[in-house]
Amino acid sequence: MNFEEHAAKPLLQAAGIAIPRGRVARSADEAEAAAAQFAVPVVVKAQVPAGKRGKAGGIRTADDPQAARETARAILGMEIAGHRVAALLVEERAAIAAEYYAAVLNDPASKGPLVMVSPDGGMNVEEIAASMPERLRQTRVDILEGFGLDAARAMLGGLGLGSDEEPLAETLVALYRAYRENDAELLEVNPLARLADGRLVALDCKFVLDDSGIQRQEALAQAGSPEPLTALEARGQALGLKYIELDGDIGVLGNGAGLTMTTMDVIAHHGGRPANFLEIGGAAYTKATPALELVLDNPKVTCLAVNFCGAFARTDVMIAGVIDAWEALKPTVPVFFSVHGTGSAEARAILRERLGVRPHETMDEAIVASIAAARDAGGSP
Amino acid sequence: MIVRGADRVLVQGITGRQGTYWAERMQAYGTRIVAGVNPKKAGTRHCGVPVYASAGEAMREAGFDVSVLFIPPLGVKAAAQDAIEAGCRRLVILTEHVPVQDVMGLLAIARANGAAVVGPNTAGLVTPGACFVGFMPAFEAAIFRPGRVGVISRSGSLGTLICLNLVQAGFGQSAFIGIGGDPIVGTTTRDALGMLDADERTDAVVVVGEIGGTMEEDAADYARAMQKPVVAFIAGAASPAGKKMGHAGAIVMGDKGTYASKRRALEAAGVEVLDTPSGVGRALHAALG
Repeated sequence: MNFEEHAAKPLLQAAGIAIPRGRVARSADEAEAAAAQFAVPVVVKAQVPAGKRGKAGGIRTADDPQAARETARAILGMEIAGHRVAALLVEERAAIAAEYYAAVLNDPASKGPLVMVSPDGGMNVEEIAASMPERLRQTRVDILEGFGLDAARAMLGGLGLGSDEEPLAETLVALYRAYRENDAELLEVNPLARLADGRLVALDCKFVLDDSGIQRQEALAQAGSPEPLTALEARGQALGLKYIELDGDIGVLGNGAGLTMTTMDVIAHHGGRPANFLEIGGAAYTKATPALELVLDNPKVTCLAVNFCGAFARTDVMIAGVIDAWEALKPTVPVFFSVHGTGSAEARAILRERLGVRPHETMDEAIVASIAAARDAGGSP
Repeated sequence: MIVRGADRVLVQGITGRQGTYWAERMQAYGTRIVAGVNPKKAGTRHCGVPVYASAGEAMREAGFDVSVLFIPPLGVKAAAQDAIEAGCRRLVILTEHVPVQDVMGLLAIARANGAAVVGPNTAGLVTPGACFVGFMPAFEAAIFRPGRVGVISRSGSLGTLICLNLVQAGFGQSAFIGIGGDPIVGTTTRDALGMLDADERTDAVVVVGEIGGTMEEDAADYARAMQKPVVAFIAGAASPAGKKMGHAGAIVMGDKGTYASKRRALEAAGVEVLDTPSGVGRALHAALG
C-alpha cells in the first residue's frame, strides 16, 4: 500500500529524523492559513501516491500567504499520474545546501533488507546509479543482526561527506528502524537535505507498506492510499475478492492468480478480450457465489469463461457456489467451463446434474468457444 | 527440494480444518506423516498420529525429516523457527500473506542453520506415485503420473494445469516443485532448476513463471548451461504492468520483471517459451526427440 508524503513523513519524525514544519490543506483557504501560520516562504506540494510530482508541476513555491492561496488553487484538481489532486502539503521552505538520497527496502535478490545511500540526491538518482554506481552505496543487511552505526559509517566512508558523515550515519540507522517497525516494503528519503544551518532534514518521503503487513499495522494502514477502485472493484474488495475490471467482453472466473492471469493471456492469444480478472483461489474458494454476481454485474460481459484447476481450492465447492449463483440470478449469457484438479470428478457430476452441461476437455477449447460466443454477441472482433 | 516416500513428515497445524483435510489426503496417497503440532492439543492423537506441543518435542519423541506448515500468517515465523531449532532441515510453508519481513527473518534463521525452505505461499511438492506435501491434487490420476519431467511453478493452480497437460500429452512427472508466489521465497526458480538438473530421474524441466520479480531471468542464466531441455510458460502477458517502487525499486529491478524481459531472457538461453500451457506436450516431444 502506497502512502502520500504527508502520511509517510510522521514515520520519519517518530524515528527521530527531522522533517520541515508542514500542514495539510484541502482548499486554497487552508493553504493560505498554513502559509500565514508559518510566516515564512513555503512550498505547496500536491499529495498523490505517485512519483514525478515536481516534473508534473505539482510542487511549487510561494513567498507569502496570498501566493500560497493562488498556487494552491492552481494545483488542486490537477491530474498527476492518474490521480486527481485533492490535498496539498504546505511546508516551510528550506534553504538547501546539499541533497542526499537514502532508502531501505525489501531486496528479493539477497532475501533481506537493502540500505542505499548516495551523496547525489534529487530527481536524477536513477541516472546516477546507472552512470556512477560507486556514488550509490548499497549494503545488504543481515536481518537477525540489524543495522547499526558501524555498518552505516562503513557505507559512508570515502564519499567525502565531512561533518555530514556522522549525522547521516545516525539518520540511516533511524531510517532502518522505521522500516522495521512499520513493515515497510520501501522507505525512501529523497532528498535528505542539509540546510544552510547544518541540520539534516527529510524533504520528501516515499513509504510503501507491505500488503501482508497490514494485518498487524491496521492503525497505520488507515493513513495509506488504497488503489483507486471502480465500483465493482470496491465491491470485490469488500467481499475479500481480487477483482480487476478490464475493457473486454468475456467475463473471467478462475482460481489462483497464476491460472486466472493465464486465462486472460490465452483469451488474448486466441484473439478475445477479457472483461475482468477475478480469482477465487486460496481462502476465497468458498466465495464463488458473490464472485459470479460480481462478474455478471459488469454490463460489458456477453459471455463467461469459468476456468478452475483445483489444488488447495476444491473445484466441487467452487462449482456448487457458481451454480447457486447461476440459479439465483438466471443469467442469459452463455457460459463455458474448464474444470480440473481437486474435486473435479464431483464438480463435473454437479454440473451435469444441476446445469445439464459438460465442461470442455481443455482450457483452450473452453476459451475458443467463449470467444466465438462473444463474437456472436457482437463483441470481440 | 524433492520429497521422497521414505521422508518422515511433521504437520504443524494438523488439527485445523485445512490441516486435517490435507493431512488425510497426504496419508491416503502414501506420505509418511509421523506427527502433528498444536500446543493446545498436545498429548492427543489426530489423523492417527500423535500431536505435540512443539516441533522440538515432536523431534525428540517421533523424529521427522520434513515439516509442512498449515499455520496462520502471523504465526509462521515462530513455527518455522521452532522447526529449524528442533533440527529440521527441510520446511514447506504453504501460508499466504506472511509479512515479508517475517519471511526474511525466518529465511535468515534457516540459512544460519543449514535448513532449506520451500515457500511461503506454495501449494507444495509432489513426487508422483510416492508422496506429496502440501495441497496439491497428487491423487488425481489425470494430473499426476510417475514420469521423467520435472515441473517448477510459482502458482499452484497453474502448475496443476501444466501437469494435466503433461499427462494428456503422454508424459509423467519426476517431481513437482511449487516454489510459491511471494516476492521473497526460500527456494527460487533457479534453485529448483539446479535440483532437477542434478536429479537423475528427471530428463526435462518445465518452468512455470509469472510477471514480477527477476526469478525467471535469473533462472535463464542457469538454463543456458543445462544439457536437459527446459520449456517455460510465463503468466501475465495480458496483465497490466505492476507498480513501480520508488527510485530504489527501479534501481534494484533495472529493466527486468516484465513479460517481455522474462521471455527474452529465457529464449536467449535456448528455452522455448509457450504461448499457451496446452503447448507443453508438443514442445517436450520436440525437445526430447
